[in-house]
Amino acid sequence: MGDWKAPTDCKYTKTDEWVRVENGEGVVGITDFAQSQLSDLVYVELPHVGDTVKAGDEIGVVESVKAAAPLKSPVSGEVVAVNEALEGSESTINQDPFGSGWIVRIRLSNPAEMDDLMDAAAYQQYCDERA
Amino acid sequence: MTYLPHTDADIEAMLKVIGIRRIEDMFADVPEKFRFPALDLPEAISQMEAAWRLEEMSHANLPGGKTAIFLGAGAYNHWSPPVVNHTILRGEFLTAYTPYQPEVSQGTLQAIYEYQSMICALTGMQVSNASHYDGATSLAEAAIMALNVHGLRRKKIVLCAGIHPEYRAVVRTYMQGMGVTITGDEDDSADWDRLIAAVDGDTAMVAAQYPNFFGQVQAIPRLVEAAHEYGALMCVVADPIALGLLKPPGWMGADVVVGEGQSLGIPLSFGGPYLGFFATREEHVRKMAGRLVGETLDTRGETGYVLTLATREQHIRRARATSNICTNQGLMALAACVYMSVMGKHGLRRVAELCYHKAHYAADAIDRVDGYQVDRSKPFFKEFVVQCPKPVAEINDYLLSEYGIIGGYDLERAYPSRVNQMLIAVTEQNTRAEIDDLAQALSEVAK
Amino acid sequence: MKEPIIYDLGAPGRTGIKMPDPDVPVYDLPAELLRDELDLPEVDEMTVVRHFLRLSQLNHGIDKAFYPLGSCTMKYNPKLNEDMARLPGFLHLHPYQDPSTVQGALELMYELQEWLKEIGGFAGVSLQPAAGAHGEFTGILMMRAYHLDRGDARRTKMLIPDSAHGTNPASTSMSGLTVVELPSDARGNVDLNALREQCDDTVVGLMITNPNTLGLFEEHLVEVIETIHACGGLVYGDGANFNALMGICKPGEMGFDVMHYNLHKTFSTPHGGGGPGSGPVGVSARLVPFLPGPIVGLVEESADEADEEDVPVYGWVMPEKSIGRMKAFHGQFGMHVRALAYMLVHGGEGLRKVSEMAVLNANYLRVLLRDTYHVPYDRINMHEFVAEGRFPDAPDVHALDIAKRLMDFGFHPPTNYFPLIVHEALMIEPTETETKETLDAFAQAMLQIAREARENPDILHSAPHITPVGRLDEVRAAKELVLCCRPVPE
Repeated sequence: MGDWKAPTDCKYTKTDEWVRVENGEGVVGITDFAQSQLSDLVYVELPHVGDTVKAGDEIGVVESVKAAAPLKSPVSGEVVAVNEALEGSESTINQDPFGSGWIVRIRLSNPAEMDDLMDAAAYQQYCDERA
Repeated sequence: MTYLPHTDADIEAMLKVIGIRRIEDMFADVPEKFRFPALDLPEAISQMEAAWRLEEMSHANLPGGKTAIFLGAGAYNHWSPPVVNHTILRGEFLTAYTPYQPEVSQGTLQAIYEYQSMICALTGMQVSNASHYDGATSLAEAAIMALNVHGLRRKKIVLCAGIHPEYRAVVRTYMQGMGVTITGDEDDSADWDRLIAAVDGDTAMVAAQYPNFFGQVQAIPRLVEAAHEYGALMCVVADPIALGLLKPPGWMGADVVVGEGQSLGIPLSFGGPYLGFFATREEHVRKMAGRLVGETLDTRGETGYVLTLATREQHIRRARATSNICTNQGLMALAACVYMSVMGKHGLRRVAELCYHKAHYAADAIDRVDGYQVDRSKPFFKEFVVQCPKPVAEINDYLLSEYGIIGGYDLERAYPSRVNQMLIAVTEQNTRAEIDDLAQALSEVAK
Repeated sequence: MKEPIIYDLGAPGRTGIKMPDPDVPVYDLPAELLRDELDLPEVDEMTVVRHFLRLSQLNHGIDKAFYPLGSCTMKYNPKLNEDMARLPGFLHLHPYQDPSTVQGALELMYELQEWLKEIGGFAGVSLQPAAGAHGEFTGILMMRAYHLDRGDARRTKMLIPDSAHGTNPASTSMSGLTVVELPSDARGNVDLNALREQCDDTVVGLMITNPNTLGLFEEHLVEVIETIHACGGLVYGDGANFNALMGICKPGEMGFDVMHYNLHKTFSTPHGGGGPGSGPVGVSARLVPFLPGPIVGLVEESADEADEEDVPVYGWVMPEKSIGRMKAFHGQFGMHVRALAYMLVHGGEGLRKVSEMAVLNANYLRVLLRDTYHVPYDRINMHEFVAEGRFPDAPDVHALDIAKRLMDFGFHPPTNYFPLIVHEALMIEPTETETKETLDAFAQAMLQIAREARENPDILHSAPHITPVGRLDEVRAAKELVLCCRPVPE
């Protein structure tokens, strides 16, 4: 069993994004497993505030020196905030992927979509299968 | 045999270690009916004989080194200082691979870093990549970058007819699967009013050449303004020798500067290998294609160089890469770097001035010949257009057979309305005597 | 000692080359068009020579020592080739000269086209593409054009194995087509079932590298090709690994519709630190009309070969349905000369021997290493093989560490971390021009490194030790972009 964190208050995608609902908005980032695969992040491409996104859309990119991974939105809705503090401090995602390493906030247009996502236990298992 | 070192004893020993009896046994995976086909090819000859054979082939050509040449049109008979050739012949540069392992590639990496810096200085831009195949493909990559900068929301590329015809053809080939409109060059004119009229909110990029294909210098700022009014990128295809003398496009607001680096110490070599340079603003660096060398530190705290932002490239991004380019023109970039180093700030300016003065002397000499008229409608650098009294092909035949002169480019080949118009190029390698002969020959053939 | 940037080796007013004064009148320069500053170096010629010589000494090259980079085919780059490319009768030719003045160059290109056709088993060849990736892009555009020409606009998908080189999907995207990835089976081949599932009338074709990037000859190649053809698709062959196949099989005969050659791999033209390469494409009969042009053709055959005066006449021919031009001028002519020189000294038989020896050397190395490094597909391979750069009982040691430590033994490391389907991949391609002693020495070094991994792993983690620089901070390079030493103000 790997020791990647997977907080229970989040839901997870098969492409290693997490989402946590706060007041009808989904806070989104990449998981501890994802950041450990990518290693030191150097660049994040963020979507624009106001963009409308669908679940599964590629809304950004996270880059390390050896890989560039698309950021796929776990949910549908409108982008209401992006974490601009990440610019120049991309390593925050490596250090605190579920907290200050958040990437986007999306106002959910279809909260039922959360049911399609994995919970923490299922996600942990998914990570172990791939390691 | 040739470069294969193994003796029969070597082969026997190795087969034994592998545990097979014969060489043929290694190819059992090849379906039998296709295995070991006959190759209907000549027998091997020695290096000595191969050299004779190729020398003979080379004698069946008339090289510009043996004769006066006034042919340009994108490839120029400039002089290459010997130090360029000697540098690129060094085995450590010549036989090295792409510098993926930086610890044993600092020579290549630093040289490319220096090249990038010099291209930035020459073009007035902030970042340069490590090269493209040639000027034409650099322009095509600029167009692709422009589409990406606009998030694929804009679908139009506006090209001036004054850009080299083959460059425009390459852009069209590259973009045939991208659902893009390429326009602005439908007539034979490099006139900018028509071009500017074609720019709109769907335009991703506007491009023009400087000097243009006809050798003329047009006012870039006017086009930059038109492009930027609609938020389109302005791309200038520039001649690097001209940039030794003229204001660089980067100082005039261009967003991308591309062009052919062959003039920077690279021989004509019947069209290749050449060098595409590509420079742009720092804000576009992640959408730029091609290799990039950056400075960094090593574990000992020493300055070193590495390929950087590799996540744009095919070996990492694969289908999402900014381009598919892998092998580029590294050794030619080194050649250009050596050229720009040894010519330097002062030498490059002198080369440019020589081209300018000799071209203007030639233009005056030809203008004095009855039946010929040089296009003076705009300032020119090292090439100019001459309206001739007879077909260019006929004139060139005469020049070659009677004077051994390789004449200029027949513009009608690419611009149907330019009947009997010749594009003449003059470089620092053309002597006054050659130019006088040219004028003399032209007067004879006009009769 | 660190070699300074060339700019820092100069002084104001110095110049390397002194050009003469004009031998014509001096004209007024148009002041409003001139630049008032040109920030290029001010260095004397000897300093330029010393600078670049010292830089060169920081490099590893084939001329120096073993360079077993998988899929790059780092074979000897013959000096004969360099001399031939520099013959004045080739070097000083302008591409737009009248064909009557360049018959020798055209003959050379024609002959190279014919050699490549015969070696690959193809009906037509274009020498225009400038590199392998350029050839791939060309091939894909031709495949697309072929279908559109038949009136079939439904086909938009390209099938590509997951072991493919990154240029394959990248080139596909550039053509406006969609990439569909095919998994590999347990033996490293294209998964036939997955292939069959994907084959329908929306498929443009398949791109396949054979031998594949694991160095293995596709065990079901004929079936794979037949499957694609059966659904109306075309087959593209990535010729990067062609060094294993000359005289062994002809891709054209086996059903490939298009293949690119890498002259800078198989045919010995030098890599130059990142090019120039050359990526000609060979095509089957049905794709000949679509080749990028112009190509060299026989305008007039010689009626009487015994008559010295009666020589064939060569000229430029544009294929009738050409996809267009892939670059300006005619291709990397300098590399064409080098490649033909290489072919001439080998002849047909010699080229087959090249492939045989390349495959022999690779299998020899595999067998020497297989007991120490896990070779996931441990069967007779072609010209290269892939081993895992990791040890179950030394989990902190990675392929990267092994690669860096190899430099201390004077070798260039093999290709790392490719193909993606093998963990900690080390892709090793010795080529045919290496002696047995070199191969033995390399194997010894690899065995020693394996011992060090258990006994003294720190020496691996801190490697390389004897190179001009230590490991470089790539994260820093990406975050603090310093791409130019002469910053130009906005």
